[in-house]
Amino acid sequence: MITVSSRRPRPLSPNIQIYRPQLTSVLSIANRITGLALSVYAVGLVILLVAAAAGPGSYATLHSFIRSWVGQVLLFGCTFCFFLHFCGGIRHLAWDAGYGFSLRAIYTSGWAVVAVSMALTVVTWVAGIVLAGYSR
Amino acid sequence: MSGTHTRSPLGRALGLGSAKSGVEHWWLERVSAVALVPLTVWFAALIVVHASDDYAAFIAWLKTPVSTVLMTFLLIALFHHAALGLQVVIEDYLHSWMKIAALIATRLGCVALAVAGILANLKIAFGV
Repeated sequence: MITVSSRRPRPLSPNIQIYRPQLTSVLSIANRITGLALSVYAVGLVILLVAAAAGPGSYATLHSFIRSWVGQVLLFGCTFCFFLHFCGGIRHLAWDAGYGFSLRAIYTSGWAVVAVSMALTVVTWVAGIVLAGYSR
Repeated sequence: MSGTHTRSPLGRALGLGSAKSGVEHWWLERVSAVALVPLTVWFAALIVVHASDDYAAFIAWLKTPVSTVLMTFLLIALFHHAALGLQVVIEDYLHSWMKIAALIATRLGCVALAVAGILANLKIAFGV
């Protein structure tokens, strides 16, 4: 009974390249891409905990990598991915609760997600650098 | 089986069955997201504050009961949320045996990482 449906060719939607990128579509795929990136960064969190549990030697190795320019670029990427996914997620929760579905509200909240996640990334790094006294 | 009577005649003829999991996946993604809002803000704020810590100071922070409890919650919510999100991405873009393999690998990987993180967290809490 399943063979009937599986042999019939299914209708396909046009490829994504057909459409002009818009704020709504770009933020939608950005939420998914940042989610994927944050899943990889979550492995980093476990590595940090395991290294700290293993002892000072492994922690020092990891800490020196995070302090290197590669580590700092990765950490900056993590910060921006986190805030974009965080703000985008709150936007999704508002939609789930039934708010913000007008076209105007969708664009306002969309640009707010972009602006707030950029601002929070900068604020976080400025705060981190100030609190650390930038003692490299 | 009153559920079969609500299906369309075409759906019954093709044997398509129900939507299977219903709303559970969608709902748990939202529940874990709500949990992650305060937990990730707590974690991000403390990482910023403790960025320049040496080993002893970092361990001293992780050893506090509040940190141990919140870190455990964070690991559970984070990897549950990640597993659910990755599952949707895999189901959208991968097909046939690659989909099955990726779904199994993702689910097992998320469980393994959460367990490893929680065990490391508890080891720090109860003395390295």
